[in-house]
Parts: sequence; C-alpha cells; structure tokens
Amino acid sequence: MSHDASFTNQKFKVIGTRVPRPDGIDKVTGRARYGADATAPGQLVGMILRSPHAHADIRKIDTSAAEALPGVKAVITSADLPDKVGGRRDMLDILENCMARGRALYDGHAVAAVAAIDAETAKRALKLIKVDYKPLAHVTDVDEAMRDDAPIVQPWVRTAGGDPNKPTNVAQISQFGHGDLDAGFAEADVIIERSYKTEQTHQGYIEPHACLASVGPDGQGELWVTTQGHYTFRTQCAALLGMEVAKLKVTSSEIGGGFGGKTHVWMEPVALALSRKANRPVKLVLTREETFRGTGPTCSTSIDIKIGARRDGRITAALATLRYQDGAFPGIWGMLGAMTAWACYDLPNVKSVAYDVLVNRPKVAAYRAPSAPMAAFAVESTVDLVARELGMDPVDFRLLNAAKEGTRASYGPTYGPIGIGPTLEAVKNHPQMKVKLGPNQGRGMACGFWFNFGGQTCSTVNIGVDGTVNVSVGTVDVGGSRASLSLIAAEELGVPYETVKCSVADTASLGHNDTTEGSRGTFSSGMAIIFACRNAVQELRARAAKMMDVPVEDVHWENGQAVALGTQHSNLQPLTLAQIARKSPQTGGPIAGHNEVVADGAGVSFASHICDVEVDPETGQTRVLRYAVIQDAGKAIHPDYVEGQFQGAAAQGIGWALNEEYIYGKDGRLQNPGFLDYRIPVCSDLPFIDTQILEIPNPGHPYGIRGVGETSIVPPLAAIGNAVSNAVGVRMTHVPMSPPRILGAIKAAR
Amino acid sequence: MAGVHVSTTINGDPVEFVCQPGEVLLDVLRNRIGLTGAKEGCGTGDCGACSVTVDGRLVCACLVLGAEVEGRSVTTVEGLASGGELHPLQRKFIEHAALQCGICTPGFLVAAKALLDRNASPSEEEIRYALAGNLCRCTGYDKIVRAVQAAASELATDATRKSGKASGSKSGRKSTKKQVA
Repeated sequence: MSHDASFTNQKFKVIGTRVPRPDGIDKVTGRARYGADATAPGQLVGMILRSPHAHADIRKIDTSAAEALPGVKAVITSADLPDKVGGRRDMLDILENCMARGRALYDGHAVAAVAAIDAETAKRALKLIKVDYKPLAHVTDVDEAMRDDAPIVQPWVRTAGGDPNKPTNVAQISQFGHGDLDAGFAEADVIIERSYKTEQTHQGYIEPHACLASVGPDGQGELWVTTQGHYTFRTQCAALLGMEVAKLKVTSSEIGGGFGGKTHVWMEPVALALSRKANRPVKLVLTREETFRGTGPTCSTSIDIKIGARRDGRITAALATLRYQDGAFPGIWGMLGAMTAWACYDLPNVKSVAYDVLVNRPKVAAYRAPSAPMAAFAVESTVDLVARELGMDPVDFRLLNAAKEGTRASYGPTYGPIGIGPTLEAVKNHPQMKVKLGPNQGRGMACGFWFNFGGQTCSTVNIGVDGTVNVSVGTVDVGGSRASLSLIAAEELGVPYETVKCSVADTASLGHNDTTEGSRGTFSSGMAIIFACRNAVQELRARAAKMMDVPVEDVHWENGQAVALGTQHSNLQPLTLAQIARKSPQTGGPIAGHNEVVADGAGVSFASHICDVEVDPETGQTRVLRYAVIQDAGKAIHPDYVEGQFQGAAAQGIGWALNEEYIYGKDGRLQNPGFLDYRIPVCSDLPFIDTQILEIPNPGHPYGIRGVGETSIVPPLAAIGNAVSNAVGVRMTHVPMSPPRILGAIKAAR
Repeated sequence: MAGVHVSTTINGDPVEFVCQPGEVLLDVLRNRIGLTGAKEGCGTGDCGACSVTVDGRLVCACLVLGAEVEGRSVTTVEGLASGGELHPLQRKFIEHAALQCGICTPGFLVAAKALLDRNASPSEEEIRYALAGNLCRCTGYDKIVRAVQAAASELATDATRKSGKASGSKSGRKSTKKQVA
C-alpha cells in the first residue's frame, strides 16, 4: 500500500534494516546490569513493612524494639518523610503512597521501613515493629465506591466543580464530545445499549522494582534504579526529600520491563531516606508479592455504551459512560478512557462522560496506552452488536464509520493523515479472514487508538577522533531503542551503523528528559538526535572548509562526506567524517552536536487486530488459535522491534482478556499477589502472532515516525471478546473471560 | 547461625563458598559468587528468570538451597559461551530480536539449552511446552520460539557436518538485509 505523504517520501539507507542491537551480547551473557544487580561498599539491605488492612487508622508505630536489634542501622516511618513540598497535593499524594501518613489506604500500603546489615536482620526487624491499627470500613469495587453510603477513601477529596462540602470518592468528572446526541439517537433505526466490566490487571514486568540509594550528610546523593524516567525520578525524589536537584545523580539501570509501571516512584524516596538516616548505601529490592500489592496496577472499570445507527450503516449517535477506579489516589485514568473511547470513528453526535473514582486499592499507574483497552472493549463489543443487528459485516461497518484525515475526533482535535482506514482494509485482505472455522471456534476483530506523546527531550552527539560517534540520550531503553536511535544517527551523519554507540546518560550528564512513556522514546529522542546530528554536520562542514581552505558555504554534506561544490573546487577531494575528526584537535577541538526540544507533533496511531479462538464448552477454557496485528508505525526504524512491540502488546492484551485479574476478598485484601495465581500468558498459551506494519508517515516528525509501543494493547480485549462471543453464541461483557465467567455466561443464556 | 561450607563446580570452575543453611542457590550465586545473570523475578519458582542447571537438570535457583549443590555441577547463563564464541542460542536470540528488556533472557537461554541437550530437533509445540516455565512479558514469545528453532536447526547442521555427512543449507533468518549501504 502506498500512503506515503510527499513530504517524507524519503529514501533511507539504514533506516528500516534489521541490525543487531548494541546491548545484545550483554543481555545474552548475563552481563547487563539491572536494578538489583548493583552493589556499593558498605551497603545495607532495605525492607518495607506493609499494611495487612485494606483501610485502617494508624494510631501508633513503635519502632524501639526494631531499632535496638543489633545490625539494624535505620528505621523510618512517615515522621522521617515530612512535607517538603509546601502541601502541594499532587506531590503529597506521591509521598503518602510511598509511606502511609496516619492512615493505611490499601492492603500493601507501606507503613515503615528498615535498613540492616543483611536480609535476615532486616526481616527480623520488620517483625519487631509494632503498629497499632484501627481497621476502618473499606471499598474496593468502583460501582460501590460511587454510592452515597460508601466509605470515604480520602476525606479531603471533593469532586472538581461539585459540592465543596461533600466528601466523595469521585475525584473528577470529565466530558468530551460534540453534536446533538438526542437528535442523533432520534435519527437512528437501531439503538444498542450494553454495560461492561473489566477487572484490574498489573503490568507484570518480570523485574520487580529495585534501587540502590546513597545519601551523605553533605546533602549529595546517588540513586541507581530501574525506571522509565530517571530525570523525573530525580525531580520527584529531590522535591520529596528536600534535596537539590543538581546534587542527586540518578542513573537508570537496564530495565526489566515497565509498561508504565516504572513511570512512578514507589520505594525510591524510602530508600533515599533510609540511606540518609543510616549514612550508608541502601539497596532496596521489592519482592513479587510487594510488586503486586504495592505498585503498578491499572484500573478496574464499569462502562455503559449506547450506539445508534441508520439502516444504511452510518452511526448517528454514540454515548459512553465510564467509571474507572484510580486506587487510593486521584488520577486521570477515567478521563483518558473518555478521550480514547470513540477515537476510531467519524461521528456526528458523540459524548463520553468519565468518573475517576477512589477505592481502597493500590494507586493506579499507567499501563501501556493507559485506560484505552477497557473503553475499546466496551465500544468495540457494542460496535459488533450494532453491525450484527444491521446485518452488516463488522469490518465493512467499521470502515464505513472510520475516522479519516479531516475527521473531528471525539476528544477535540481534527485528524491529519491517519491509519485506521488502511488497517481495516488490511484486515479485509488478510489471509486469516479466509481460514475456515471449526466447531466451537469463533473469529473476532477490533480496532484501537492511542494518542502517543513527545515531550521534553535532550540529546548529544559526540564525534570521536577516530570517526566513531557517541550518542547520549535521556530516554530509557526499555525494548531495544538504542538500536533504533543508532540507526537514526547513522542515517543522518551518513556513517555505518557499527560506528555509532548510543548510551542512556545519567542525570548529571544531560539535561532533563521526560519519562519514556506515551511511546515517545524513539519518536522524541529520534527527533533530538536528528537535530543534534545536523548541528554536528554544521561543525563538520566548518572544519572541512578550514581544511580545504574554501568558504563554508561551498561545503556540502553528502553520504558522510564534506564535498566542496563548484567548478573552482573540482580539484578538491571530499573529506570523510573520519578524516575531519582526525584533524579536529588542530581545527578547533572536539566536534559535537546537541539539541534540546519539546518534541511536539506526536502522531496518533491506530491498529486493527484479528483473532480466532476455540472455546471448550465443557470447561470454558479459551485457546487462541490465530492472531494478527495490523498497525500504523508511521515509519518503522527497526522493523524487528516494531513487530516485537506489536506482538508483546497483543500478548498482554490476550492475558488481560482471558486470565489476568486482581482478586480481592471481602476483607479488602489482595488474594493473588504472585505469578502462580495471577497467571500471565506463557509460551504454550500462545500461537505465533502475525504482524503487518503499515507506514503512513507522521507529518510531525522529520522521518515520519509515530510511536508504536502502546496501541496494540488496545484492541485485544475486544477482539477476543468478539471472537469468544461468536464461538459460544453469547455476548461476553466481563473481562477477563476466564473459564468460570464463560461457563456462567453460557448457562445464563440457556 | 553457623554457615555451611560448600564445595561445588560452577560453569566448569571449582568454587567454594559458605552460606546460611536456609539460603537459596540464587542468593548464593548473586550475592556471594557475583554471578548476577540469574534474576529473581518471583522467588517462588513461577517465572523461571533464575533458571540454572544442576548436574544438567533444569531448576529454579530460587527453589534450591545453596547447601544442596555440594559436589554438583552448576551451569548459569554466564557459562553458555565458550571463550569468545557465543552459543548458537545466544547468537540466534540477538539475530531474531528475541529479547526486548532482556530480564528473562538468561533464564530462557538456560532452559532452551536444557531442551536442546535432550531433544535436538524439537517441534514448535515441544519448544512452547519446554519454555512454559519461563515468563516473558515483552515479546509474546513469537521471536523467542523462532530463535530456538533457528538455533536447533544450526546445531543440527553443525552436527551433520561434524559427522562427515553432506551438510544442509545454513539456517538463516527470513529476510536479513545487510545494514550498511
């Protein structure tokens, strides 16, 4: 397919090739150092004591026995983390989540911490801390939390714009849309209304949170940490601990997966506070159970959808009411659900209303295209129902209503060139659509959208005297981005990929970079590197002009060489980057390029997925037989890692759709905080996942790049929901579609 | 508590260490020997990130006591390459982009080698079930399975060549383009 916009009908030399990643050997030999792999002289072991109650007043914490235990070097509670942020509520929320302040807000909420000479001593010290709890009524379900008689999670919370005197769990109500909904529904020949629920899931990175903190009495500190954003961690930790930003050096380790869960600080301020109190380095590594109970998860939701359509297949009106629980602290997750719900479609009359609701569960963190998969599950399931009611093919129905260039999106902006239509066309032509299905098998498809993000970015390119190139970036490499970014530098400078070495710089070596989230790593650092390389090329041209003794205006950069243009210079040989670099000590010193940018222009991304399943009617067990991902990448810099993002996102979505959920007991405690009972997909659960990369260039990026990391977690819940519903003949409305839920739905329909 | 003295072999080298009676092999390897290639993803034997072999048998190092490896032979990811030569599995994992974050990679490599040591030409299904004890959250396993297939195919070709028979075509990946113009 040719969707190339003319602005970027570029011929690339190395972009788009499948080169080996620069950190590959380190990662296959065990040499790569992750969060828990660092040590420091004299380091202590840090551990955290957590609330066993879903909601409780903390009347007293007695740490004296723990402090008296030989080998214990520091014990801290919230008293050691006083308000250094002047009561700023957003920052205080972060601090309170790191360590309870008078009240435990969820099962697993940190209440105290110790640093000791070894793990055994630290464990014994935790047992010696006496916490006097007064259990309070709790609420963990989003719909129950919205009732008038629900226990209040945060007494200070008022609904923005609501009654200033009424405590509530509804932190925020958001609304998006346009047109006249009543008129739209009045025009409809068919109206379908359904309600859906999705359960809470965890990002499930295999590496638990880990850090090594060191703070001296001079107020200087270092933090080695597994994070998606070490600059943001620095800013937040410094603010929370009353440190100066420049005196806290944060180094991002290799990161063992994040998916949004490592965009937030959890125990890092605690480790720094322990180190400050003990005046020794402190290593703090969370267990898997702590990771489930205390960090990460995404929202559970409850969503109502109403769609009206004419007999000719045009949707006339669409309404979504979305209730997202944010855990124990206010978030923007419902709002994001409302913004993404209808983004795939071109709708004359559309509205979405979202409620961000507090419950006694862990503070919700971003999880890959946060909030979009749940909204898409509800919308795309209902879209299938409408198509069926109209007797239309679900792909044709979507194509007829798909957003296109010029469509006013339901959340406000008007789209430029976008890929939803082309992904749907690709679905129609996909060979999987022609495979015959057997008994108990079903096919489903669904679409998904994600905004993508750019943000603050800062990169440096240094040319070595031998002509090799160092690229320093501040976006963390979570999934192979150093390979992609090296390709971009090689392309821009015209040098071989092998001569470029890309590193993630610590916070003392480069200016602020926003967290690697919103699929921004390759998009934004790629942009900064292109501009930094262009700066370096200016300097290379100037040096070459000096070496050739010609005016710099006459020197052009072509294929990694400085060429003097014009007949008067025809006797001059071009100078390669390596030749210019070798002479740099004599021509003005080191050659470098640098760029700081707010990388605006992130291009929205769409995906369509196809899924074939077989459901065992006896057990309710679902097996994914075939799965295909079609997504717009703008421009695939390194196709292997683009495909990898598509496949990984689909696999996470499959786990969410079929298996994964936080299970809370009546006591408000999490019952399955481990990989045995919170079961993510394993190798034998999945088929090969087919991928198709579409390239509809993003006009907002010099190479046309769109973020690719998140969008493909959006369609799977609905694609599988549609496939399972088609297989069993009953509409599935509750995710995950675990065997008991499927059997229950079949039984209820009989 | 008094420590236990243990004499063992790790990656072919004789090693002695003292550990606590209740200390797991994973902590011994990581904290006492300095081999941090095996990772702790769960500590309960559910994720396989700490996979090592003891006398050739695949185990989770978080479920084996350090004291249990007395007189045995332990192999970790650090022992897979021989000198400057990567094991074919290691090369194929890089060539096939079978890792993203890489935290599960050491465990997958050790588990995949244990599979190929007992079954030189596994089917796709056999690979998937043999690796079902290793969790990966990044890749959806697609490229991991392909890398193991490619490594098995290369090892089989090498074995055929070594045994003096006609060698088959070299296993390569589908469409590798050379990267530099």
